[in-house]
Amino acid sequence: MKPHLLLPGVLAPLLLIGACSDLPLVLDPHGSNAQQTARIAWVLFGGGAIIFVLVAMLAAFAVFAPVAGRAWLRHPRFVVVAGIVFPIVALSALLVYTLAVSGELARSRVAAPLRIAVTGETWWWRVRYLDARGETVLETANEMHIPVGQAVELSLDTADVLHSFWVPSLSGKLDMIPGRVNVLRLTADTPGTYRGQCAEFCGAQHAKMAFHVVAREGPDFDLWLAARRMPAAAPQTPDPEQGMTLFIAHCAACHTVRGTPAAGRLGPDLTHVGSRLTLAAGTLPNNAGTFAGWIAGSQHIKPGNRMPSFDRFSGEELVALAEWLESLR
Amino acid sequence: MTATSPPSPTSLPSPLPRPADELARLEAAWTPPRGWKLLTAVNNTYIGIFYIATAFVFFIAAGILALLMRIQLAVPENTFLDQGTYNQMFTMHGTVMMFLFAVPVVEAIGVLLLPNMLGARDLPFPRLSAYAFWAYLIGGVVFFGSIFFGNAPDGGWFMNPPLTSYRYSPGANADWWLLGIGFIEISAIAGAIEIIVGILRTRAPGMSLDKLPIYAWAMLVFAFMIVFAFPAVILATMLLELERAFHWPFFIAELGGDALLWQHLFWFFGHPEVYIIFLPAAGMVSLIVPTMAQTPLVAYRLIVLALAGTGLLSFGLWVHHMFATGIPPLSLSFFAAASMAVTIPSGIQFFAWIATMATGRVQLKTPALFVLGFLAVFLIGGLTGVMVAVVPFDWQVHDTYFIVAHLHYVLFGGMVFPLFAAFYYWTPFLSRQQLSERLGRWVFGLIFVGFNVAFFPMHITGLAGMPRRVYTYSAGLGWDSLNLVSTVGAFLIAAGVAVFLIDVARNFRLDVTNNAGNVWGAGTLEWLPTGNYSVRSIPLITSHEPLWDQPGLAADVEAGRYYLPGTATGRRETLLTSALDAKPQYLLQLPGPGWTPFFAAAGTAAFFLLLTVKLVVPAILGGVLAIVMMLWWMWGSDPGPNHAPVDIGGGITVPVYVTGPASHSWWAMVTLLLVSGMLFGSLVFSYLYLWTVSPRVWPAGGAGIPAPVFPLLAAALLALSSAAIAYASRALRTTVGAGHRGHTMVRISLLAALPLLVAALGVELYGQWQAGLRPTASSYGAVVYTLSALQGQFVLVLLIMGGYTLARSWCGLLDGQRRATFDNTMLLWHYAVAQGLVALLLIHGFPRTFG
Repeated sequence: MKPHLLLPGVLAPLLLIGACSDLPLVLDPHGSNAQQTARIAWVLFGGGAIIFVLVAMLAAFAVFAPVAGRAWLRHPRFVVVAGIVFPIVALSALLVYTLAVSGELARSRVAAPLRIAVTGETWWWRVRYLDARGETVLETANEMHIPVGQAVELSLDTADVLHSFWVPSLSGKLDMIPGRVNVLRLTADTPGTYRGQCAEFCGAQHAKMAFHVVAREGPDFDLWLAARRMPAAAPQTPDPEQGMTLFIAHCAACHTVRGTPAAGRLGPDLTHVGSRLTLAAGTLPNNAGTFAGWIAGSQHIKPGNRMPSFDRFSGEELVALAEWLESLR
Repeated sequence: MTATSPPSPTSLPSPLPRPADELARLEAAWTPPRGWKLLTAVNNTYIGIFYIATAFVFFIAAGILALLMRIQLAVPENTFLDQGTYNQMFTMHGTVMMFLFAVPVVEAIGVLLLPNMLGARDLPFPRLSAYAFWAYLIGGVVFFGSIFFGNAPDGGWFMNPPLTSYRYSPGANADWWLLGIGFIEISAIAGAIEIIVGILRTRAPGMSLDKLPIYAWAMLVFAFMIVFAFPAVILATMLLELERAFHWPFFIAELGGDALLWQHLFWFFGHPEVYIIFLPAAGMVSLIVPTMAQTPLVAYRLIVLALAGTGLLSFGLWVHHMFATGIPPLSLSFFAAASMAVTIPSGIQFFAWIATMATGRVQLKTPALFVLGFLAVFLIGGLTGVMVAVVPFDWQVHDTYFIVAHLHYVLFGGMVFPLFAAFYYWTPFLSRQQLSERLGRWVFGLIFVGFNVAFFPMHITGLAGMPRRVYTYSAGLGWDSLNLVSTVGAFLIAAGVAVFLIDVARNFRLDVTNNAGNVWGAGTLEWLPTGNYSVRSIPLITSHEPLWDQPGLAADVEAGRYYLPGTATGRRETLLTSALDAKPQYLLQLPGPGWTPFFAAAGTAAFFLLLTVKLVVPAILGGVLAIVMMLWWMWGSDPGPNHAPVDIGGGITVPVYVTGPASHSWWAMVTLLLVSGMLFGSLVFSYLYLWTVSPRVWPAGGAGIPAPVFPLLAAALLALSSAAIAYASRALRTTVGAGHRGHTMVRISLLAALPLLVAALGVELYGQWQAGLRPTASSYGAVVYTLSALQGQFVLVLLIMGGYTLARSWCGLLDGQRRATFDNTMLLWHYAVAQGLVALLLIHGFPRTFG
């Protein structure tokens, strides 16, 4: 191997990691699962880099070293030691290490006080907070708030095709499969907002199926949960009547806003939608302008999604509707 | 070096001088068709070159799709491609690279090189190769064409239901994949059977298995892996197409189906597929490295063990593609360990190549550069492969760009780099001049640098959270510059491929007879002087590298001093030898050019492709055309002992026709039965798997199962039909020539056996139907009827083969000696009966026992 051929392999990762101001999400964990994985990842990268350099040096030596100096490489015994003995030793050590670390995690599982059901839908996330009996106490969408330092048990299922639930900062992914409920336990260690995204190809808008997990301190989380369990607050927009009337007339077949007659189940529950970070499963920032744009051009922004573009509203109607929705906090 | 003393010049098998017209007669028998009649060519050299060229065109086409995708992803929120187009493109990129490029190209190189490398004149079933090629070409072009109509598959190359089933993919897109790819897989299996029988039975005398070139070993393991792996995905595509077309619910959870059944079947094929692509490439490297270093390969036996070990182990780790599906931790640990273990055989080969390079002195010519590039890139792919075998790490990187990087390091590194090495290495075997060393360095440099620039950053993109198969992404997630760099790298690769095409256009001049010859000083037989007939005379082999260890071999072979220095029967022929020690057994007469393979392939393609667009009647006409053409070509392929045994030189006289277990057709049929057994086994697995998932849809305590009289009657009918065939076989043994009384007994037995087989199937179907079972009601109903449907396919084939055998009997083409046709029908018959009995036992015994 020519030394200059090694450069791309060895230098590129260093340059690239240097170029990124932050570590990639997987290596910058904020939850117990992710922390464990990050530890394993560094072991893997370190070991991999060492083996790569050693083998590349061997190959370079085999090609370029003086003929006399490389005689020891010629024997089948070298193949046995380097190709059989070394991998068996290294891989056994790796297997024992990873199984030990995984076992540690399995043993640490205690009953999680907070249970949340997450259902993958094309192409958004239905989120339901459950009580001890498994009844829904709060339904929301595309956003999940959890208490810091507390194990959360997520029951993952799907309403249609395969999806996969993944928040790299907190945990590895787990698939959502029709007819099954997969359970993922995760804990956030630090308060913050963590982005997640569907990781299993699920059709046209697989790319625009993101969500956020917001980790809050315990008391803060309790306040949040209590507030969200209330019906939508009385609107304070200039023309609340018009916005709400339009919503009931055009949107209630698919959407719920608790506290109003709108009780549709097909689309996301929009009670408190004004307080969410994003619209359309992480596709747009959330403000009255983007909301109006989404209502009028949902098929333009996220083509193929289940919500038709409501381009029949006048500009004034659109503003009223969007402002009313934004006021739902 | 392991040379044993070569035969002394005086003891060479065929004495000089050779008869004046011997060479001319040999050339006449092997004259290739010209002009538009090239469509009738069946010779392995021609088919091999057509095959490689076609596969390379698909490589470029799928590469262009990749470039378009890289343009789309170069910047965030790009609108160059819409989501529908992008989803079709990534699906087609993966599908075409896997099914229309990688597997066909390695099979094609096998078809091209193996006969010469083994010292054979051709593979044993030239028309089968031609058929496989034409089916692949027609099917592949139509399949690829679907993208120009916006109608291409868009569910990913893995085609996971429920997304790809009728509810979420109502259009024809998914059907193109299921029918188009299903049928290209059949073509791959045809090629695999050809390669297995070719390697085991057409080697030059003396080339015992322990002298087989490593490449041929790799191709043997490769072909057996196709035989064992492809049936699983063929069954999966059958099940999904049944679900899409007739709503038989295999994958629908509400009706007792399970989406994970698809994933098990698909990855049971899909993981071995990686090694199916890699092993032939590793085999090529094992020939190129010794030549470039001018020294024999170190640790030959260990490498053979490693190839076989890879083949076996690769069937035990499909679940590592499913770590994130929620499978229990204990089974995950098993598959993690198995996934790590499979790196050991690769390690053995790796260090054997290094040891070989250390032993000799590597000339850094273009093939050697590509081999070194392969070592570096594949090593990284192997290391990341160990990483993703670690379950928690895989949970993070699964379905992200880390995996995109990993799989390209493995597949592009493990297969495309060796392929370019092979192009540069073997061009002098095919062309009047070799490819340019100067351009070759550019090709290597651009591809190597471009590859690493494109794919290395993807490891980090994946760790930064970017999932696979997204048509766009938001700005500000830390993915922007990484993606831009990857796009630049992709275009560097494309530039390298473009330079390669220029090199080919400037320097490749196809001419097998006056090829550039052994420019590298290689030691294997394909570098002997060659013509369309392969070697002038078939050498006696005494070492791994005969051209190095047997002085004067090339000249003696060319002078006709070895075995079979001409054509003994005046036709194309090749020498059949024993599987282990390559002792001459008989002379196989090979067919010359003909139209039947082309039209049979066109008919087969028409059948599958027209079904996709629901043109049922034309599709059936295509199917009939295919069957008629196949029967036509079969008609002449069982000549009987039409020529006295021939002297091939050295005092060896061999017959020109044999039947029974020594014959090549028996071996091919047994291999086909292995394929059939795997197909049936996959269906039995599906039955049992669905039961473990949804026992609720299985009949409880035997209720709702047909009364025992039905399966018992069906089993009796099956047994009787097998008995009738066995009786016919005995009766046939006594017959010599026409007019014997035994002929009547053979015909009566065959005529009786056919309806018995049909009746057994009818009884089973009637029993299920009258018991109230419907295939659309539940996964249980679906799988029970599918067991009968599979049996029905065998019955249909046997009706045709049985009728054909009868026709040959009536025409006086079947007797106690000329019975290869009957033997093949008999083997398939007994197999089908056994399969039917096992199916009955499963369908009727299992619910009664465990219900």
